[in-house]
Order: sequence, then structure tokens, then C-alpha cells
Amino acid sequence: MSNELDYLSRRVAAGKLSRRDFLGRAAALGITATFANSLLSSAVRAAGPVKGGTLKAGLQGGESTNSLDPATFLSQVPFAFGKCWGETLVELAPGGGVEYLIAEEIGSSKDAKTWTMKIRKGVQFHNGKEVTPDDVVATLKRHSDEKSKSGALGVLKSIDTIKADGGNVVVTLKDPNADMPYLMADYHLIIQPNGGMDKPDAGIGTGPYKVTVNQPGVKHGGERFANYWQADKYGHADQVEIVVVNDPTARMAALQGGQVNMINRVEPKIVDLVKRLPGVKIRAASGRGFYPFNMFCDTAPFDNNDLRMALKLAMDREEMLTKILRGYGEVGNDMPVNKAYPLFAGDFEQRKFDPEKASAHYKKSGHSGSILLRTSDVAFPGAVDAAQLYQQSCAKAGIKIEIKREPGDGYWTEVWNKQPFSLSYWGGRPTQDQMYSTAYLSTADWNDTRWKRPDFDKMVLAARGELDEAKRKKIYRDMGEIMRDEGGLIVPFFNQFVDATGKGVEGWVDNPAQELSNGHALIECWLQA
Amino acid sequence: MSSPILRLVAQRILLGLVLLLAVSVLIFAGTQILPGDVAQAILGQSATPEALTNLREQLGLNDPAWLRYVHWLWGILHGDFGTAQSSGLDIASSIGTRLKNTLFLAACAAVVAVPLAVILGLIAVRYRNGFVDKLISGLALASTSFPEFFIGYVLIFLFAVHWQIFPSISTVDDSTPFLERLQAVVLPATALTLVVLAHMMRMTRAAILNVMQSAYIETAELKGLKPFDIIRKHAFPNAIAPVVNVVMLNLAYLIVGVVVVEVIFVYPGMGQYLVDHVAKRDVPVVQAVGLIFAAVYITLNIVADIAAIVANPRLRHPK
Repeated sequence: MSNELDYLSRRVAAGKLSRRDFLGRAAALGITATFANSLLSSAVRAAGPVKGGTLKAGLQGGESTNSLDPATFLSQVPFAFGKCWGETLVELAPGGGVEYLIAEEIGSSKDAKTWTMKIRKGVQFHNGKEVTPDDVVATLKRHSDEKSKSGALGVLKSIDTIKADGGNVVVTLKDPNADMPYLMADYHLIIQPNGGMDKPDAGIGTGPYKVTVNQPGVKHGGERFANYWQADKYGHADQVEIVVVNDPTARMAALQGGQVNMINRVEPKIVDLVKRLPGVKIRAASGRGFYPFNMFCDTAPFDNNDLRMALKLAMDREEMLTKILRGYGEVGNDMPVNKAYPLFAGDFEQRKFDPEKASAHYKKSGHSGSILLRTSDVAFPGAVDAAQLYQQSCAKAGIKIEIKREPGDGYWTEVWNKQPFSLSYWGGRPTQDQMYSTAYLSTADWNDTRWKRPDFDKMVLAARGELDEAKRKKIYRDMGEIMRDEGGLIVPFFNQFVDATGKGVEGWVDNPAQELSNGHALIECWLQA
Repeated sequence: MSSPILRLVAQRILLGLVLLLAVSVLIFAGTQILPGDVAQAILGQSATPEALTNLREQLGLNDPAWLRYVHWLWGILHGDFGTAQSSGLDIASSIGTRLKNTLFLAACAAVVAVPLAVILGLIAVRYRNGFVDKLISGLALASTSFPEFFIGYVLIFLFAVHWQIFPSISTVDDSTPFLERLQAVVLPATALTLVVLAHMMRMTRAAILNVMQSAYIETAELKGLKPFDIIRKHAFPNAIAPVVNVVMLNLAYLIVGVVVVEVIFVYPGMGQYLVDHVAKRDVPVVQAVGLIFAAVYITLNIVADIAAIVANPRLRHPK
């Protein structure tokens, strides 16, 4: 029976049998439709990608102020288009770990301070030149220069020297860092000819597609690069196109009308409706992004840990998850990392909504009067509703929350990281070290909870330099515990990336690193006739 | 056509130019008194004192304000709007494409909306207070009362998703052939037409009804002309001035006020361009777009004034 099904599903994949006929015959063999469908999709994947066609994406997050200079990338459209025309040394693999692209292998000295990256030979830029270690050195130097204003500057600050050595690039760090390969996966670090020193926004890289259309805020397009070095893996469609569609309803309509093959940022509240549309598939991947309520640990009244604990216990995480994200996420545990991170210890006790305990801690803190919470639509989708839900759950514990709705324009410059209690979002980082270093070191610019603890800083640095994984994991476990019980952030949930694809789009791989399969959707998917 | 009318027209145009100059001063002054320093805004977090000094020098921020204003105005008179701070692109060429798109969409909407509104207005007067009049007014007012985005979504749902006749994404560029361009703007132009229709239609109706009370209309009726001929030949020409005013106001709206429709239909026009740059505090672009919008408003108002003057028989045939 299974032999016959296998045979039939291969016939469908080869286009010799219709899907409907297949399901009919499967039913005759006593197979449920769900199982038959799943058989079919694995057969389609096994049959290999189909080459040709134009793959189109309608994406949120593009402005007419965008540029092709990777140093300036900030929003989703430049990010996703960058993955089409450019490549970094390494990428974040879907299952954790790194995927090697321009770098063939990366090795370190025993103290994790000197790192050697072997540069792959025979990789061509779109202008016909081959990638040399000098190009890599120039790229890294450009991004670590203050003048480039690169988004990767913060990541590269720890680099001391960069130099080419035969076929390798050798990087020395100021302090030991066992996570160095992950730093190189930053999406700004696209390798460009001579590092893009001559013309940073030329759009010439080593990616599977050459830039043909570049209209910032409107449309970007590329055609397949004939000499791409791993054409069997990426770049199946002849052409790719990104249309900037910032309005969520218009994006959904474009997918439904067949004008685009995939969209990003499907609103959780319409996911259940979208699922019922013929041919449309929801691609939800749990990620490392989360939506925190930030308290300044050095500002009254939040400098009192009993008050912070009361506010944490008064959060009804389950309710938030169902009402704000419609279940497309997972509950948080008041620390900035979750199980999507490598080296995460899974044995933390989950904090639950407990109005009585919250009330006890609140009384102990001695605070009276209302607490001002600032929110805005731009903090994250549903942030205003989330604040109101929180106000109600706090009321059950006898804590009075006053909500101030701030204008979206200027929220990130005037409220976030400036006011003592506000809502925000974090996109997550590839490693725990990067997440903690970005926002929870005493010296971090973006320390948005004013978490200044010398002992905690020491733990971050110790974990960073530790090459023994078991020991690192132990340190990270202790850090998580401290964050959870004393830190300044309340994490109701980690969100999922919810994208959708239209009819005939195959080859999608879930990746927790970023939305749209870490931006790879356009280069790894193909159109099945 | 003798001197008084020419003098009046010349006066209007001159006044318009003076007004435009005043607006340019206002726009320049307005962006100068915004809090914060331009150099600081460009450099952001990475601002070092040396970099600030260099950039201020480079941008000419050390000159007095009036000198910067003269430089800015001189550049604009020569078609040089400067470069955008956010992307470093030449503003004039970026605006060129966008302005063309905006004008194309506005023209398409106007070509349908203006004759339609006037004709509907005429019909409404012919059957005034009857069923047809109430139907026309009712439908037009209803379509205007709905917010633009709602009309847009309904059009998308029906024509792009349900029947799939027209695209919901209206992205066009310089290489789009004319017919495709036309097809792309069908839905946004329809949405805009529905939005501006009622205002013009009701104004036409009111203006003509006003004239219909006059004695010479009664004469026309008594000499046995058909009701529609009376409206067309005798009433409408005398009601043209207020109608033109409203039409111009709506045309100006079609050019400067359509950002919502642009966003919904993903149409690359001026509105979205302005909003993006306001969000990035890109002052040169905001100034340039502001000035262009002001010029559009002033020009259309001058046209309306001149049309009113020319349409006035007392001015056309002075004693």
C-alpha cells in the first residue's frame, strides 16, 4: 500500500497526476486526507525545486528613504532584498548553529581571541570578479568605522585587528568571545567588492539575484545570476520582485488576488480567516522576538524589587497571549531569552499570574498611588490593548495603573529608553550573549531597564569567553534566574513571525532567526505549477 | 476683451506670485524653528564634536538664516532642490517621477469626476426635489461620507479579490506602458472620484438653482424652451463661477491630499514620499514638497479666480 502511495505521490510531484486524483486514490486505499496531503508535500520537496517563473513578495517595512548600502539597512524590505543580492560570511541555520557561505570554515585559538576564517574560493561577484580575502577585510573595516554609520557597528566594536593572511581572514578580538561566528551573520555585513568602499550602494554582491530594479519604497527586483556558486540550493525562480505594501489589508488582498506569492506580517487577528482561503498557507515560526514592559531599576518607585515583583506577578501572561497574539506566540518568563536560543536551560519555573502574592509584594514595597505606564501603537501591534489588559489584571491585585497613550511619531526617541515604565519590542539576537550585551550590561546604550549590576556584567563577560559549553550553559542559567527574579522587564510573551504564502509556493523552511525564513523565502522557495 | 480684464488677470497672477514667495518664507522659517539641530539630527547617536563642526560647515549652517534662505530660493528657481539627507539622492529627480504619477492619477480621477459631477448636478436640477434628484444626492453624499480607506477596501474586495478584474496593487514606474498604467489606476481613480463627487455635484446643483429663480429663466420658460435646454443654455453659464471654484478646490485635493489612497493601492505618489521623509526629519525634502504643494494650491486658485473673472459678462463687455 505504501509503495503504491509513494509511486502516486511522485507522479503528482512530476505533474503526471492531478492532486485531486491523488487524494481520491489515497482515500480508496483508506488514507485520511490530512495524511495524504502531508505525503504529497514531502514528495514535492523530495522531487526537488522547480526552476523558472517570477516569485513576488508584498512586504511591509519599506520607505522611499531606503538605500542599497547594507550599512543603512534597518527595515524589513532592505533586509529581505539584501538576502537576494548579497551574502554574508555565514548565516544563522534554521536549526541553530551557522551555515557557511563566503566563509568555508571558522576556527579559533584556545583563548577565543584570535579567529581564522577560511574564505571560499570560486565565489563570484555580479561584476564578474572573484571574492578575495581583501574584499572581506575591506567590508569588515568599512562597517567597523564610525563614519559608515553601520547598523553592525555595535557588533563589531569588540574587534581589535582584521587582516588577510593567504586565503584566510584573521580577526583578533579585544576580549575573548566564543560567539564570534554568530557576529559575522549580522545581515548588514554583506560582502561587497572592495568592501563597498568605492560605491557603497552599488548593489553588487554574490547573491543568487542581480539587482535590476531599485525604487526605494516602491519596488525592488532582481534576475537570476548565472554564475551563482550554489545554484542547486538557492535562486530557483528566474526573477524575484519585492513590492512595498505597508497597509496590512492591501497586503492580504494582493496575496488573495494572486498579485504576490508571499507576504510578511499577517495580523494575528485575521490569521484564522486567512487559513480558510484556498491555496494560502500560514507560515508561523516561533522566534526570539518579545514584547517587554520595561521598568527602570534605578528610578523610583521601580528601584524597589518588591514593587517590580508585584508588577511581574500581576501580569496574566496566558490571557495576553490569547487576546493579543491569538495564540501565535509563547508565554514569557520575565527574561529576555527563550528556548529558541542556543545553550538555553529549559528548567526554569514558569511565572504565573498570582494576584494574592502580587498584592502582598505590593504592600511590602510601601508604594501608594497609581503607577504611570506609557504605551503607543508603534511599540508593537496591539500594544495599547495590552496595556489595558494589564491595567485590569493589576486592578485584581489592588495595583492602580494609569495608562498614557503616546503619539507614535517620536515614541522611540522620547519615550522608549527615556521614561521609567513603557512598552517596547525586541527583535531578539542570534545568541544569548548578544541579547544580554545589547541591553543588559551597565554600559549598554540600549539598557532600557537601567539594569546596572557589576556582578551581572561579570557573568556576561565570563560566559562570553568560556569555550566549555556545559560551563557556559550553567552561567546563562544563573543569569536567567537573576533576570527573572530581580530584573526590570516583564515579558508577557515571545511572538511568532507570521507570514503567508499563496498557491504553488513550495520549499519554505521555518527559521527562528527572522521573519520570512530569515529573509531567505525569496531565494529558497519555488513555484510549483 | 480689453484692458480691465487683462489688468485684473495680471493682478491675480502677480498676487499669486507674492503669495508663493510669502509661503516660501513661512516654510523656511517653520523648518528653522523646529527644535534640534540639523547636523545633530543627521549624525544621531554617533555625533562627535568634530563631526558636528565639519557637517555644519559642509551644510552651511554657520551662515545667517536670511543668507541660507536666499541660497535655497536661488537654487529652487534654477530647479535645484538640493539632496535628501536620508538617502543622499537628488530631490528634484526623485520628486519628478512621483509628481508625474500623482498628476496622472489626479488627471484620471478628474477626467471622470468633473464631467460626471456637473452632469449629475444638471440632471438633479432638471428633476429637482423629485425621486431622481434625491437618489443622486443620496448616493453622492453617501459615497463622500465613507472614509477613503473604506471605499478603497470595498473596491479591492470586489474588483481585485472577488472578480479579479483589476489589480489591487497599482505600482507603476517610468517603463510602464500607457495602457497598463491606465489599468493600474482604475481602482484608485474610482475611489478618488467617489470621494470628491458629492462636493462638486451639490455645488453645481445649488449654483444653478440659485440662477433658476431669476426673471430671465421665467422668460425662457414662457417662450417654450425645453427644461433641459434652459438649464444648459441659460442657467449653467451664469452659474459657472462658483462651480469652477469648487472644482479647483477638489482638484487641489486630488493632488495634495491623497496619501491614504496611495498607501492602500500602493501607488508611488507624492503623499507617501512626503510622509516617509517627515518621519525621517528630512528637512530639505519636506521644504521642497511643501513648496510644490503650495504652488499647486495657489495656481489652481488663480485659475479659478481668472475663470470667474472671464465668466463674468460685466467684466467681459465693459461699457
